[in-house]
Amino acid sequence: MASQQQDAGTGAYLIRGAAILGGAPEDLLIRDGIIAERGQNLPAGGATVIEAAGLVALPGMVDIHTHLREPGREDAETVETGTRAAALGGYTAVHAMANSTPVADTAGVVEQVLTLGRTAGWVDVRPVGAVTVGLAGEQLAELGAMADSRARVRVFSDDGICVHDPVLMRRALEYVKAFDGVVAQHAQEPRLTAGAQMNEGEVSAVLGLTGWPAVAEESIIARDVLLAQHVGSRLHVCHVSTAGSVEIIRWAKSRGVNVTAEVTPHHLWLTDELARSYDPVYKVNPPLRTDADVQALRAALADGTIDVVGTDHAPHPSEHKECEWAQAAMGMTGLETALSVVQHTMIETGLMGWADFARVTSTAPAAIGRLEDQGRPLDAGEPANVTLVDPAARWTVDPSKMATMGRNSPFAGRELPGKVVATFFKGHPTVLDGKLNTPYRWLPETTELPGTAAGSN
Amino acid sequence: MRHLLSTEDLSRSNAIRILDTAEEMAAVGEREVKKLPTLRGRTVVNLFFEDSTRTRISFEAAAKRLSADVINFAAKGSSVSKGESLKDTAQTLSAMGADAVVIRHWASGAPHRLAATDWIDAAVINAGDGTHEHPTQALLDAFTMRRHWSKLAGTPSAGADLTGMRVAIAGDVLHSRVARSNVWLLRTLGAEVTLVAPPTLLPIGVEKWPCSVSYDLDETLARGVDAMMMLRVQGERMNASFFPTTREYSRRWGFDDNRLRALDSLGLKDTIIMHPGPMNRGLEISSAAADSPRSTVLAQVRNGVSIRMAALYLLLSGDTREPAHQANSTHSTPAEHTSALVTKESH
Amino acid sequence: MVLNQADIDRALTRIAHEILESNKGSQDLVLLGIPRRGYPLAVRLAAKIAAADPTVDPAAIVGQLDVTMFRDDLSHQGIRPPYPTQLPRTGIDNKVVVLIDDVLYSGRTIRAALDAIIDLGRPRIVRLAVLIDRGHRELPIRADHVGKNLPTSSSEKVRVRLAETDAVDGVPVNEVVIEATA
Repeated sequence: MASQQQDAGTGAYLIRGAAILGGAPEDLLIRDGIIAERGQNLPAGGATVIEAAGLVALPGMVDIHTHLREPGREDAETVETGTRAAALGGYTAVHAMANSTPVADTAGVVEQVLTLGRTAGWVDVRPVGAVTVGLAGEQLAELGAMADSRARVRVFSDDGICVHDPVLMRRALEYVKAFDGVVAQHAQEPRLTAGAQMNEGEVSAVLGLTGWPAVAEESIIARDVLLAQHVGSRLHVCHVSTAGSVEIIRWAKSRGVNVTAEVTPHHLWLTDELARSYDPVYKVNPPLRTDADVQALRAALADGTIDVVGTDHAPHPSEHKECEWAQAAMGMTGLETALSVVQHTMIETGLMGWADFARVTSTAPAAIGRLEDQGRPLDAGEPANVTLVDPAARWTVDPSKMATMGRNSPFAGRELPGKVVATFFKGHPTVLDGKLNTPYRWLPETTELPGTAAGSN
Repeated sequence: MRHLLSTEDLSRSNAIRILDTAEEMAAVGEREVKKLPTLRGRTVVNLFFEDSTRTRISFEAAAKRLSADVINFAAKGSSVSKGESLKDTAQTLSAMGADAVVIRHWASGAPHRLAATDWIDAAVINAGDGTHEHPTQALLDAFTMRRHWSKLAGTPSAGADLTGMRVAIAGDVLHSRVARSNVWLLRTLGAEVTLVAPPTLLPIGVEKWPCSVSYDLDETLARGVDAMMMLRVQGERMNASFFPTTREYSRRWGFDDNRLRALDSLGLKDTIIMHPGPMNRGLEISSAAADSPRSTVLAQVRNGVSIRMAALYLLLSGDTREPAHQANSTHSTPAEHTSALVTKESH
Repeated sequence: MVLNQADIDRALTRIAHEILESNKGSQDLVLLGIPRRGYPLAVRLAAKIAAADPTVDPAAIVGQLDVTMFRDDLSHQGIRPPYPTQLPRTGIDNKVVVLIDDVLYSGRTIRAALDAIIDLGRPRIVRLAVLIDRGHRELPIRADHVGKNLPTSSSEKVRVRLAETDAVDGVPVNEVVIEATA
């Protein structure tokens, strides 16, 4: 397939001396959209050479949880700007959440998002379908039509809103079995979180902000893992944020429940103490929790209880953050800081190596989303979705310099480790020398059917 | 002191300084000319996002007694979609040359946002934000308690704190900014505080607060209380299941006639009864208690003006706007003026 | 050192007699000291007046007048909590008020004191007594009774240390010194 690409003729790259998954230095020859060769001292043979001594080569990162805002909120983010941010952050695929306007609850909308993603060409944009019509939690959306569409939707979520009706959740879990889908649940009991502003605990008590109790998340997860077990379906838990949730998921997995779980980079680091500033850049849903929760989440990600890191990248226009805390929108950007934050919280703490990093940011999320050509080993013959990272680099976060339109990074001003040097998407460098290069050019859609895309790679 | 946002971060020395200054301000209220020229030419804006006539007129009287120009800005219709944002409002006030903004807001933390951002360069006084804090209310409460406590001890109140005073605060602590501000300030001043409330009206995390917690008002009174502060309880809380009925609330946690009599039988002859107002007579406090000689309700209102004068004076009298000016001053070095005990030279 | 303890005492004795003389006795006399050091000086002067005229109760003629809230330089100074204003029981209406301060310099403190007095009542006469007049007036104000005229440079600082207000171990009190400012 990649040989038919417009710029394939000049698209050969020899990555020289990169530590594959942090292991011994080896060369990778990328040609025709695939990893043509892996080994020592490979001849360049006309390929562009990238000297990668000291760099780590990883499978292209896959985000299971991204808000690209388009269609409907192009003032917050577009598919173009969001996927530029993704490429710069080391991603080669993102799952675009369904809470756009209109909601991605029909084949038409998910195909529109797919097309916008391919037109942009920076990463593979995988639309997520809504579970219920309009995210209203009342009636199942046409899950089958979205699954059968060109977008081949496999992940369904009302993210932002919990599918709290237990009967509806049960039906959704059952129904998606027909096409190997998964329901990604935003676990938040709505009655327990009416008006909630931040984690309920010592800090909310002092600040006088309405609490978002951990039990509101944990009770839904407990119910859902039991439902998933009962109907024999696949459940994914979005943005797990509490130590109690970790315990429930660990228990469910030990009982053989087919559940996967996700944690955001910010929940691996930040705590509700930051709310003392009343700066809404720290307002997010689920809220920042306590340090005990942070430590439990790190341990769970390291031991596999939590399967993946999902950014929950949620850009907002500045006027939705430059206001009172209670008025502010919930959410943080994350695509361009995820790698660095995970390196800081998981690798530099000794909890994980780069091979584990590849598992939680690429292999596992690709498997949950059923992306056959992502999250693959960096071996000869595999699709060339590769991220090159300089783990020794240090940089200071400046939201105004980011590709995302969102300025709402909670890491602004912090010095972070690790920098993406290059991102290869389908063999094409979308990022080179740490800067955006050019997008991958998809063939006209008539000749590249989704069903064949994976196979031809 | 650049702003007055909360009592949680108010130091003991600043708290005492405000109380002592308020004593002098109170003396002005007893003079023939009840006005000082101190803040002539300064503009104080009362920015109220929430109705509170009592607090607004108290600040207005305080500012006017100090000769400041007062602008009342009632910014209702709070949602961003409906009206102007806090940022735009603040920038507008800044352009109008406001020297101090007295802000009342339904959202916790709104005064902190004004103080922390570059939207406006004015002293910010929190006149009550959401369910967070109401520092001037706590200061006027402490002022009222200190006068009472010093009188009992036969010592002057200037410079004194509340060491050893037993204060009980009863009612809807969960939703009360008055309770929060009082807990922090009373701790700083050395009083022993007990919160009394139904468990549903105490915040999760209250066990970390520097006070005791009780569910039983009678037991708390029996252990001895020097000041009994009743908080306003909204009857609507009943609909959200915080308590079954107002009748049951009143019986268990209201300061009714039986408890008023109990103070006498317990030998607590000097115990005062406080309420920040407005009162729900018959719910959290009985009329007999509110009107008894023990009640300090009107003294609290009177002291509110003195406390707010002190806060405005202390925030606006320092050279907060142009630090460079002090360095250029030929009179004396800045360091000498940071303390009240400086070697003064007559100019 | 400009004045030592004996110099200060002699100056105050002289001022006390001048006050009595210009008032033709102790009739209607009120001494208002300006905090901080004007007040102890007023107390000392009252004692000397009582020594000269045994009909005088020194405690009944002395008061303290705080001028903080009347100053014109508040925004240039650090936070300055006010001192109490305490008038003699007789009040100041139709009295002969003598303002007492330690050092007369620009005259702005006295301007503030005159404003403060007007808000408190209506004296028949207001006079001014100071321990030191160091010149450099910025307003048309002069003292009626001066302990010592002291020509100074405005780069210098005149320090009055009194036992009542400046008692710190190891620092001599009841003296007046001139210090150069850095």
